[in-house]
Amino acid sequence: MTEIMSEIKRDHMMKLIAEGKRLDGRGLTDVRNIEVLTDVIESADGSARVKLGKTEVIAGVKIIPGTPFPDTPNIGVLTTGAELIPMAHPTFEAGPPGEDAIELARVVDRGIRESGMVDVEALCIVPGEEVWMCFVDIYALDYDGNLFDAANLAAVCALKSATIPGEQYGKGENKPLPITCLPISITEVKVGNDLIVDPNFDEEQISTARLTVTTDDNGNFRAMQKGGRGSITLDELSLCLDRAVEKGAEIRKIIG
Amino acid sequence: MSGHTDMVLVDENGLRIDGRTAEQHRPFKIEAGVLNNADGSAYVEIGKNKVLAAVYGPRECHPRHLQDPTKAIVQCKYNMQSFSVSDRKRPGPDRRSIEISKIISEALEKVVLTELYPRASIDVYIEILQANAGTRCAGLTAASVALADAGIPMRDIVPALACGKADGHVLLDLNKEEDNYGQADVPIAIIPSTDEIVLLQMDGNMTREEFDRGIKMAVAGCHELHELQKDALKRRYSKKAQEGN
Repeated sequence: MTEIMSEIKRDHMMKLIAEGKRLDGRGLTDVRNIEVLTDVIESADGSARVKLGKTEVIAGVKIIPGTPFPDTPNIGVLTTGAELIPMAHPTFEAGPPGEDAIELARVVDRGIRESGMVDVEALCIVPGEEVWMCFVDIYALDYDGNLFDAANLAAVCALKSATIPGEQYGKGENKPLPITCLPISITEVKVGNDLIVDPNFDEEQISTARLTVTTDDNGNFRAMQKGGRGSITLDELSLCLDRAVEKGAEIRKIIG
Repeated sequence: MSGHTDMVLVDENGLRIDGRTAEQHRPFKIEAGVLNNADGSAYVEIGKNKVLAAVYGPRECHPRHLQDPTKAIVQCKYNMQSFSVSDRKRPGPDRRSIEISKIISEALEKVVLTELYPRASIDVYIEILQANAGTRCAGLTAASVALADAGIPMRDIVPALACGKADGHVLLDLNKEEDNYGQADVPIAIIPSTDEIVLLQMDGNMTREEFDRGIKMAVAGCHELHELQKDALKRRYSKKAQEGN
Protein backbone atom coordinates (compact mmCIF):
# COMPACT_ATOMS: atom_id res chain seq x y z
CA MET A 1 0.00 0.00 0.00
CA THR A 2 2.88 2.36 -0.63
CA GLU A 3 3.38 4.70 -3.49
CA ILE A 4 6.09 7.18 -4.33
CA MET A 5 5.29 10.73 -3.24
CA SER A 6 7.15 13.86 -4.30
CA GLU A 7 9.23 15.45 -1.58
CA ILE A 8 7.69 18.87 -2.17
CA LYS A 9 4.21 17.50 -1.51
CA ARG A 10 5.38 15.57 1.53
CA ASP A 11 7.10 18.61 3.00
CA HIS A 12 4.07 20.78 2.31
CA MET A 13 1.71 18.34 4.01
CA MET A 14 4.05 17.95 7.00
CA LYS A 15 4.33 21.71 7.36
CA LEU A 16 0.56 22.19 7.21
CA ILE A 17 -0.06 19.49 9.81
CA ALA A 18 2.52 21.03 12.14
CA GLU A 19 0.42 24.22 11.86
CA GLY A 20 -2.77 22.32 12.68
CA LYS A 21 -4.03 22.28 9.07
CA ARG A 22 -4.52 19.60 6.42
CA LEU A 23 -4.24 19.63 2.64
CA ASP A 24 -7.94 18.84 2.19
CA GLY A 25 -8.95 21.70 4.49
CA ARG A 26 -9.83 19.60 7.53
CA GLY A 27 -8.68 20.26 11.08
CA LEU A 28 -6.51 17.59 12.71
CA THR A 29 -9.44 15.87 14.43
CA ASP A 30 -12.07 16.16 11.68
CA VAL A 31 -13.57 12.98 10.28
CA ARG A 32 -14.45 13.04 6.56
CA ASN A 33 -18.03 13.00 5.38
CA ILE A 34 -19.81 9.69 6.08
CA GLU A 35 -22.46 8.22 3.78
CA VAL A 36 -24.18 4.98 4.64
CA LEU A 37 -26.58 2.99 2.46
CA THR A 38 -28.02 -0.18 3.97
CA ASP A 39 -29.92 -3.10 2.38
CA VAL A 40 -28.19 -2.55 -0.94
CA ILE A 41 -27.85 -6.27 -1.77
CA GLU A 42 -31.02 -8.39 -1.79
CA SER A 43 -29.14 -11.71 -1.86
CA ALA A 44 -27.40 -10.88 1.42
CA ASP A 45 -29.11 -11.11 4.82
CA GLY A 46 -27.72 -7.68 5.67
CA SER A 47 -25.57 -5.23 3.73
CA ALA A 48 -24.14 -1.75 3.78
CA ARG A 49 -22.19 0.41 1.41
CA VAL A 50 -20.21 3.07 3.21
CA LYS A 51 -18.32 6.09 1.98
CA LEU A 52 -15.81 7.76 4.26
CA GLY A 53 -14.66 10.70 2.18
CA LYS A 54 -13.42 9.07 -1.03
CA THR A 55 -12.85 5.69 0.60
CA GLU A 56 -15.65 3.29 -0.25
CA VAL A 57 -16.34 -0.12 1.25
CA ILE A 58 -19.15 -2.68 0.98
CA ALA A 59 -20.01 -5.25 3.63
CA GLY A 60 -22.46 -8.11 3.37
CA VAL A 61 -23.77 -10.53 5.98
CA LYS A 62 -24.75 -14.13 5.31
CA ILE A 63 -26.50 -16.05 8.07
CA ILE A 64 -26.81 -19.82 7.71
CA PRO A 65 -27.55 -22.73 10.07
CA GLY A 66 -24.51 -24.77 11.10
CA THR A 67 -22.88 -26.86 13.81
CA PRO A 68 -21.61 -25.00 16.91
CA PHE A 69 -18.02 -25.26 18.12
CA PRO A 70 -17.74 -28.12 20.67
CA ASP A 71 -16.55 -25.77 23.46
CA THR A 72 -19.47 -23.34 22.95
CA PRO A 73 -22.40 -25.67 22.09
CA ASN A 74 -25.16 -23.08 22.70
CA ILE A 75 -23.54 -20.04 21.13
CA GLY A 76 -23.80 -18.82 17.56
CA VAL A 77 -20.77 -18.28 15.35
CA LEU A 78 -19.60 -14.89 14.12
CA THR A 79 -16.71 -14.42 11.70
CA THR A 80 -15.41 -11.40 9.83
CA GLY A 81 -13.35 -11.41 6.65
CA ALA A 82 -11.93 -8.64 4.49
CA GLU A 83 -10.52 -8.49 1.01
CA LEU A 84 -8.45 -5.75 -0.59
CA ILE A 85 -9.46 -6.39 -4.18
CA PRO A 86 -7.41 -5.00 -7.13
CA MET A 87 -10.38 -2.86 -8.21
CA ALA A 88 -9.96 -0.63 -5.16
CA HIS A 89 -6.37 0.53 -5.66
CA PRO A 90 -3.46 -0.02 -8.08
CA THR A 91 -1.33 -1.43 -5.25
CA PHE A 92 -3.86 -4.13 -4.29
CA GLU A 93 -3.18 -7.53 -5.80
CA ALA A 94 -5.45 -10.44 -6.66
CA GLY A 95 -5.23 -13.62 -4.64
CA PRO A 96 -5.88 -14.81 -1.10
CA PRO A 97 -5.94 -12.14 1.64
CA GLY A 98 -2.46 -10.85 2.52
CA GLU A 99 -1.29 -9.61 5.90
CA ASP A 100 -2.90 -6.17 5.49
CA ALA A 101 -6.31 -7.66 4.73
CA ILE A 102 -5.97 -10.17 7.57
CA GLU A 103 -5.03 -7.45 10.07
CA LEU A 104 -7.95 -5.30 8.87
CA ALA A 105 -10.44 -8.15 9.25
CA ARG A 106 -9.13 -9.15 12.66
CA VAL A 107 -9.24 -5.61 14.05
CA VAL A 108 -12.84 -5.12 12.85
CA ASP A 109 -13.73 -8.60 14.13
CA ARG A 110 -12.27 -7.81 17.56
CA GLY A 111 -14.35 -4.64 17.94
CA ILE A 112 -17.58 -6.43 17.00
CA ARG A 113 -16.84 -9.56 19.02
CA GLU A 114 -15.50 -7.96 22.19
CA SER A 115 -18.24 -5.33 22.37
CA GLY A 116 -20.84 -8.12 22.29
CA MET A 117 -22.59 -6.19 19.50
CA VAL A 118 -24.34 -9.33 18.27
CA ASP A 119 -26.07 -11.32 21.00
CA VAL A 120 -24.52 -14.65 19.96
CA GLU A 121 -26.33 -16.55 22.71
CA ALA A 122 -29.61 -15.73 21.00
CA LEU A 123 -28.34 -17.44 17.82
CA CYS A 124 -28.81 -20.96 19.21
CA ILE A 125 -31.36 -23.08 17.29
CA VAL A 126 -31.01 -26.53 18.91
CA PRO A 127 -28.58 -26.51 21.90
CA GLY A 128 -25.45 -28.51 21.14
CA GLU A 129 -26.59 -29.28 17.60
CA GLU A 130 -27.48 -26.28 15.51
CA VAL A 131 -26.76 -22.55 15.71
CA TRP A 132 -26.92 -19.61 13.31
CA MET A 133 -23.55 -18.83 11.77
CA CYS A 134 -23.09 -15.22 10.87
CA PHE A 135 -20.46 -14.35 8.25
CA VAL A 136 -19.53 -10.71 7.68
CA ASP A 137 -17.45 -10.09 4.56
CA ILE A 138 -15.97 -6.72 3.75
CA TYR A 139 -14.65 -5.62 0.37
CA ALA A 140 -12.76 -2.41 -0.28
CA LEU A 141 -14.13 -0.77 -3.46
CA ASP A 142 -12.23 2.50 -3.61
CA TYR A 143 -9.28 3.17 -1.32
CA ASP A 144 -8.35 6.64 -0.10
CA GLY A 145 -7.05 5.85 3.37
CA ASN A 146 -8.43 4.67 6.70
CA LEU A 147 -9.90 1.35 5.66
CA PHE A 148 -10.10 0.39 9.33
CA ASP A 149 -12.86 2.85 10.21
CA ALA A 150 -14.65 2.50 6.86
CA ALA A 151 -14.67 -1.31 7.19
CA ASN A 152 -15.82 -1.09 10.81
CA LEU A 153 -18.69 1.22 9.85
CA ALA A 154 -19.74 -0.98 6.94
CA ALA A 155 -19.65 -4.16 9.04
CA VAL A 156 -21.57 -2.55 11.91
CA CYS A 157 -24.23 -1.07 9.61
CA ALA A 158 -24.61 -4.34 7.69
CA LEU A 159 -25.08 -6.30 10.93
CA LYS A 160 -27.49 -3.71 12.29
CA SER A 161 -29.69 -4.11 9.23
CA ALA A 162 -29.41 -7.92 9.05
CA THR A 163 -32.27 -10.41 9.26
CA ILE A 164 -32.02 -14.03 10.40
CA PRO A 165 -33.50 -15.94 7.42
CA GLY A 166 -35.55 -18.47 9.44
CA GLU A 167 -38.11 -19.09 6.69
CA GLN A 168 -35.52 -19.85 4.03
CA TYR A 169 -34.19 -22.78 6.08
CA GLY A 170 -37.47 -23.86 7.75
CA LYS A 171 -36.21 -22.66 11.15
CA GLY A 172 -39.08 -20.42 12.20
CA GLU A 173 -39.90 -16.86 11.26
CA ASN A 174 -37.55 -14.27 9.87
CA LYS A 175 -36.40 -11.93 12.62
CA PRO A 176 -33.88 -9.13 13.02
CA LEU A 177 -30.37 -10.11 14.11
CA PRO A 178 -30.20 -9.30 17.87
CA ILE A 179 -27.99 -6.22 18.33
CA THR A 180 -26.92 -4.88 21.74
CA CYS A 181 -24.65 -1.91 20.96
CA LEU A 182 -22.68 -0.14 18.22
CA PRO A 183 -18.89 -0.50 18.39
CA ILE A 184 -17.22 2.43 16.64
CA SER A 185 -13.53 2.56 15.79
CA ILE A 186 -11.49 5.73 15.46
CA THR A 187 -8.14 5.54 13.69
CA GLU A 188 -5.40 8.12 14.04
CA VAL A 189 -1.95 8.27 12.51
CA LYS A 190 1.16 10.08 13.66
CA VAL A 191 2.66 12.58 11.23
CA GLY A 192 5.73 14.34 12.59
CA ASN A 193 4.78 15.03 16.19
CA ASP A 194 1.06 15.30 15.55
CA LEU A 195 -1.81 12.85 15.56
CA ILE A 196 -4.48 13.21 12.90
CA VAL A 197 -7.89 11.56 12.87
CA ASP A 198 -9.22 9.65 9.84
CA PRO A 199 -6.15 9.88 7.55
CA ASN A 200 -6.58 9.84 3.78
CA PHE A 201 -4.22 7.90 1.51
CA ASP A 202 -1.57 10.62 1.21
CA GLU A 203 -1.59 11.22 4.94
CA GLU A 204 -1.12 7.50 5.57
CA GLN A 205 1.90 7.58 3.26
CA ILE A 206 3.71 10.19 5.36
CA SER A 207 2.69 8.71 8.73
CA THR A 208 4.89 6.63 11.02
CA ALA A 209 2.45 4.97 13.41
CA ARG A 210 -1.25 4.16 13.46
CA LEU A 211 -3.63 3.55 16.34
CA THR A 212 -7.19 2.24 16.07
CA VAL A 213 -9.38 2.42 19.17
CA THR A 214 -12.87 0.89 19.30
CA THR A 215 -15.37 2.05 21.93
CA ASP A 216 -18.85 0.86 22.91
CA ASP A 217 -22.04 2.86 23.65
CA ASN A 218 -20.74 3.66 27.16
CA GLY A 219 -17.42 4.99 25.90
CA ASN A 220 -15.55 1.97 27.29
CA PHE A 221 -12.65 0.50 25.31
CA ARG A 222 -13.32 -2.76 23.48
CA ALA A 223 -10.43 -3.13 21.05
CA MET A 224 -7.19 -1.41 20.11
CA GLN A 225 -4.49 -2.00 17.57
CA LYS A 226 -1.27 -0.11 17.07
CA GLY A 227 0.24 -0.47 13.62
CA GLY A 228 3.04 1.01 11.59
CA ARG A 229 6.77 1.15 12.07
CA GLY A 230 6.81 4.17 14.36
CA SER A 231 6.11 4.57 18.05
CA ILE A 232 3.65 6.54 20.16
CA THR A 233 4.30 8.10 23.53
CA LEU A 234 2.11 7.55 26.57
CA ASP A 235 0.83 11.14 26.28
CA GLU A 236 -0.08 10.59 22.63
CA LEU A 237 -1.88 7.38 23.60
CA SER A 238 -3.89 9.29 26.17
CA LEU A 239 -4.87 11.90 23.57
CA CYS A 240 -5.95 9.16 21.14
CA LEU A 241 -8.16 7.57 23.79
CA ASP A 242 -9.87 10.90 24.56
CA ARG A 243 -10.52 11.51 20.88
CA ALA A 244 -11.76 7.95 20.27
CA VAL A 245 -14.45 8.41 22.92
CA GLU A 246 -15.47 11.86 21.68
CA LYS A 247 -15.44 11.10 17.93
CA GLY A 248 -16.95 7.65 18.47
CA ALA A 249 -19.97 9.22 20.17
CA GLU A 250 -20.37 11.68 17.25
CA ILE A 251 -20.30 8.91 14.64
CA ARG A 252 -22.66 6.73 16.68
CA LYS A 253 -25.18 9.57 16.45
CA ILE A 254 -24.81 9.73 12.65
CA ILE A 255 -25.42 6.02 12.06
CA GLY A 256 -27.59 5.30 15.13
CA MET B 1 -11.91 -13.58 26.73
CA SER B 2 -15.34 -14.90 25.84
CA GLY B 3 -15.41 -18.03 28.00
CA HIS B 4 -17.36 -18.49 31.22
CA THR B 5 -16.24 -20.23 34.35
CA ASP B 6 -17.24 -20.61 37.97
CA MET B 7 -13.54 -20.57 38.85
CA VAL B 8 -12.54 -17.77 41.23
CA LEU B 9 -9.67 -16.01 39.43
CA VAL B 10 -8.94 -13.46 42.17
CA ASP B 11 -9.82 -14.44 45.76
CA GLU B 12 -10.98 -12.24 48.63
CA ASN B 13 -7.35 -11.55 49.63
CA GLY B 14 -6.60 -10.26 46.14
CA LEU B 15 -4.54 -13.35 45.28
CA ARG B 16 -4.68 -15.05 41.89
CA ILE B 17 -4.92 -18.80 41.16
CA ASP B 18 -1.14 -19.05 40.83
CA GLY B 19 -0.67 -17.16 44.12
CA ARG B 20 0.36 -13.82 42.56
CA THR B 21 -0.90 -10.40 43.55
CA ALA B 22 -2.47 -8.17 40.90
CA GLU B 23 0.81 -6.36 40.19
CA GLN B 24 3.09 -9.40 40.14
CA HIS B 25 4.34 -10.94 36.93
CA ARG B 26 5.11 -14.63 36.42
CA PRO B 27 8.72 -15.84 36.81
CA PHE B 28 10.93 -14.71 33.91
CA LYS B 29 13.88 -16.62 32.47
CA ILE B 30 15.99 -15.35 29.59
CA GLU B 31 19.02 -16.96 27.91
CA ALA B 32 20.91 -15.45 24.98
CA GLY B 33 22.83 -17.41 22.35
CA VAL B 34 21.16 -20.81 22.58
CA LEU B 35 21.45 -21.99 18.95
CA ASN B 36 24.51 -22.63 16.77
CA ASN B 37 23.45 -21.88 13.22
CA ALA B 38 21.50 -18.68 13.78
CA ASP B 39 23.39 -15.36 13.82
CA GLY B 40 21.66 -14.62 17.11
CA SER B 41 19.21 -16.47 19.31
CA ALA B 42 17.41 -16.38 22.64
CA TYR B 43 15.24 -18.55 24.84
CA VAL B 44 12.56 -16.98 27.03
CA GLU B 45 10.20 -18.34 29.65
CA ILE B 46 7.39 -16.22 31.06
CA GLY B 47 5.61 -18.51 33.49
CA LYS B 48 4.71 -21.62 31.48
CA ASN B 49 5.39 -19.96 28.12
CA LYS B 50 8.50 -21.39 26.47
CA VAL B 51 9.72 -19.49 23.44
CA LEU B 52 12.73 -19.63 21.12
CA ALA B 53 13.78 -16.80 18.81
CA ALA B 54 16.45 -16.87 16.12
CA VAL B 55 17.82 -14.12 13.88
CA TYR B 56 19.45 -14.47 10.47
CA GLY B 57 20.90 -11.45 8.74
CA PRO B 58 21.30 -8.83 7.56
CA ARG B 59 21.18 -10.97 4.42
CA GLU B 60 19.82 -10.80 0.90
CA CYS B 61 16.12 -10.02 0.91
CA HIS B 62 13.72 -12.66 -0.38
CA PRO B 63 11.27 -12.23 -2.02
CA ARG B 64 13.22 -9.55 -3.88
CA HIS B 65 10.24 -7.29 -4.59
CA LEU B 66 10.17 -6.53 -0.86
CA GLN B 67 13.66 -5.01 -1.01
CA ASP B 68 13.87 -1.39 0.08
CA PRO B 69 16.72 0.55 -1.60
CA THR B 70 16.97 2.90 1.39
CA LYS B 71 16.98 0.47 4.31
CA ALA B 72 16.72 -3.11 5.52
CA ILE B 73 13.38 -4.70 6.28
CA VAL B 74 12.63 -6.80 9.34
CA GLN B 75 10.69 -9.95 8.50
CA CYS B 76 9.37 -11.79 11.51
CA LYS B 77 7.70 -15.20 11.37
CA TYR B 78 5.80 -16.17 14.52
CA ASN B 79 4.89 -19.84 14.65
CA MET B 80 3.16 -22.00 17.25
CA GLN B 81 4.39 -25.56 17.32
CA SER B 82 1.68 -28.19 17.02
CA PHE B 83 2.17 -29.49 20.58
CA SER B 84 2.37 -26.04 22.22
CA VAL B 85 -1.33 -25.96 23.18
CA SER B 86 -3.67 -28.49 24.80
CA ASP B 87 -5.43 -29.43 21.54
CA ARG B 88 -3.03 -30.10 18.68
CA LYS B 89 -2.53 -26.96 16.61
CA ARG B 90 -2.66 -27.53 12.88
CA PRO B 91 0.86 -26.77 11.63
CA GLY B 92 1.44 -23.80 9.36
CA PRO B 93 0.51 -20.14 9.34
CA ASP B 94 -3.04 -19.10 10.26
CA ARG B 95 -4.65 -15.66 10.36
CA ARG B 96 -3.67 -15.10 13.98
CA SER B 97 0.00 -15.88 13.43
CA ILE B 98 0.14 -13.74 10.28
CA GLU B 99 -1.23 -10.76 12.22
CA ILE B 100 1.19 -11.32 15.12
CA SER B 101 4.15 -11.66 12.73
CA LYS B 102 3.18 -8.34 11.14
CA ILE B 103 2.88 -6.33 14.36
CA ILE B 104 6.10 -7.81 15.82
CA SER B 105 7.99 -6.95 12.59
CA GLU B 106 6.69 -3.38 12.82
CA ALA B 107 7.63 -3.09 16.50
CA LEU B 108 11.19 -4.28 15.82
CA GLU B 109 11.69 -2.03 12.79
CA LYS B 110 11.35 0.97 15.08
CA VAL B 111 14.42 -0.03 17.11
CA VAL B 112 16.68 -1.70 14.53
CA LEU B 113 18.97 0.75 12.66
CA THR B 114 17.62 -0.48 9.33
CA GLU B 115 19.11 2.46 7.44
CA LEU B 116 22.56 0.85 7.82
CA TYR B 117 21.64 -2.09 5.57
CA PRO B 118 19.89 -0.96 2.37
CA ARG B 119 18.17 -3.75 0.39
CA ALA B 120 18.85 -6.34 3.09
CA SER B 121 16.47 -8.42 5.15
CA ILE B 122 16.78 -9.17 8.82
CA ASP B 123 14.85 -12.37 9.39
CA VAL B 124 13.46 -13.13 12.83
CA TYR B 125 11.95 -16.52 13.63
CA ILE B 126 9.85 -16.97 16.75
CA GLU B 127 8.82 -20.49 17.70
CA ILE B 128 6.35 -21.04 20.51
CA LEU B 129 7.27 -24.34 22.16
CA GLN B 130 4.66 -24.06 24.89
CA ALA B 131 1.87 -21.51 25.15
CA ASN B 132 0.18 -20.24 28.30
CA ALA B 133 -1.18 -16.77 27.42
CA GLY B 134 1.22 -13.99 26.49
CA THR B 135 3.15 -15.75 23.72
CA ARG B 136 3.38 -12.67 21.49
CA CYS B 137 4.98 -10.74 24.38
CA ALA B 138 7.37 -13.58 25.21
CA GLY B 139 8.16 -13.91 21.50
CA LEU B 140 8.94 -10.22 21.02
CA THR B 141 11.00 -10.15 24.23
CA ALA B 142 13.02 -13.11 22.94
CA ALA B 143 13.33 -11.66 19.43
CA SER B 144 14.90 -8.42 20.62
CA VAL B 145 17.48 -10.32 22.72
CA ALA B 146 18.23 -12.50 19.68
CA LEU B 147 18.72 -9.38 17.52
CA ALA B 148 21.19 -7.97 20.05
CA ASP B 149 22.93 -11.37 20.23
CA ALA B 150 23.28 -11.27 16.44
CA GLY B 151 25.15 -7.96 16.82
CA ILE B 152 22.55 -5.97 14.91
CA PRO B 153 22.72 -2.25 15.81
CA MET B 154 19.61 -1.19 17.71
CA ARG B 155 18.34 1.90 19.49
CA ASP B 156 17.23 -0.18 22.46
CA ILE B 157 16.11 -3.66 23.44
CA VAL B 158 12.35 -4.07 23.47
CA PRO B 159 10.53 -5.85 26.30
CA ALA B 160 6.85 -6.78 25.98
CA LEU B 161 4.31 -7.71 28.62
CA ALA B 162 0.52 -7.73 28.94
CA CYS B 163 -1.89 -6.31 31.43
CA GLY B 164 -5.57 -7.12 31.53
CA LYS B 165 -8.64 -7.65 33.62
CA ALA B 166 -10.17 -10.71 35.27
CA ASP B 167 -12.90 -11.00 37.90
CA GLY B 168 -13.11 -7.19 37.64
CA HIS B 169 -9.50 -6.71 38.82
CA VAL B 170 -6.82 -5.04 36.72
CA LEU B 171 -3.92 -7.52 36.56
CA LEU B 172 -0.37 -7.71 35.24
CA ASP B 173 0.75 -10.54 32.94
CA LEU B 174 -2.38 -12.72 32.57
CA ASN B 175 -2.02 -16.49 32.74
CA LYS B 176 -4.08 -18.85 30.58
CA GLU B 177 -7.11 -19.06 32.86
CA GLU B 178 -7.21 -15.28 33.33
CA ASP B 179 -6.88 -14.78 29.58
CA ASN B 180 -9.62 -17.32 28.73
CA TYR B 181 -12.14 -16.30 31.35
CA GLY B 182 -11.14 -12.68 32.02
CA GLN B 183 -12.56 -9.45 30.62
CA ALA B 184 -9.61 -7.85 28.85
CA ASP B 185 -6.11 -8.46 27.52
CA VAL B 186 -3.68 -5.65 26.59
CA PRO B 187 -0.25 -6.71 25.29
CA ILE B 188 2.23 -3.84 24.99
CA ALA B 189 5.89 -3.39 24.08
CA ILE B 190 7.95 -0.31 24.87
CA ILE B 191 11.31 1.29 24.16
CA PRO B 192 12.59 1.35 27.77
CA SER B 193 14.80 4.45 27.41
CA THR B 194 11.87 6.65 26.35
CA ASP B 195 8.75 4.65 27.33
CA GLU B 196 7.49 4.97 23.75
CA ILE B 197 5.01 2.28 22.74
CA VAL B 198 5.95 0.13 19.73
CA LEU B 199 3.27 -2.55 20.11
CA LEU B 200 -0.19 -2.18 21.57
CA GLN B 201 -3.29 -4.29 21.21
CA MET B 202 -6.38 -4.54 23.32
CA ASP B 203 -9.49 -6.64 23.39
CA GLY B 204 -12.20 -6.96 25.98
CA ASN B 205 -13.88 -4.29 28.05
CA MET B 206 -12.08 -1.63 30.07
CA THR B 207 -12.92 1.80 31.37
CA ARG B 208 -10.45 4.63 30.93
CA GLU B 209 -9.41 4.42 34.58
CA GLU B 210 -8.80 0.65 34.37
CA PHE B 211 -6.86 1.01 31.15
CA ASP B 212 -4.60 3.74 32.54
CA ARG B 213 -3.91 1.65 35.66
CA GLY B 214 -3.13 -1.42 33.52
CA ILE B 215 -0.74 0.45 31.22
CA LYS B 216 1.17 1.80 34.22
CA MET B 217 1.62 -1.75 35.56
CA ALA B 218 2.63 -3.10 32.17
CA VAL B 219 5.23 -0.36 31.63
CA ALA B 220 6.72 -1.07 35.08
CA GLY B 221 6.74 -4.81 34.27
CA CYS B 222 8.45 -4.12 30.94
CA HIS B 223 11.25 -2.29 32.75
CA GLU B 224 11.84 -5.30 35.02
CA LEU B 225 11.89 -7.58 32.00
CA HIS B 226 14.35 -5.25 30.29
CA GLU B 227 16.84 -5.64 33.17
CA LEU B 228 16.75 -9.42 32.65
CA GLN B 229 17.22 -9.00 28.90
CA LYS B 230 20.39 -6.99 29.50
CA ASP B 231 21.56 -9.46 32.12
CA ALA B 232 21.13 -12.38 29.71
CA LEU B 233 23.26 -10.60 27.09
CA LYS B 234 25.95 -9.76 29.65
CA ARG B 235 26.13 -13.40 30.75
CA ARG B 236 26.34 -14.50 27.12
CA TYR B 237 29.23 -12.16 26.33
CA SER B 238 31.21 -12.72 29.53
CA LYS B 239 31.11 -16.42 28.65
CA LYS B 240 32.19 -15.69 25.08
CA ALA B 241 35.05 -13.53 26.38
CA GLN B 242 36.29 -16.33 28.65
CA GLU B 243 36.23 -18.73 25.74
CA GLY B 244 38.36 -16.28 23.81
CA ASN B 245 35.93 -15.63 20.95
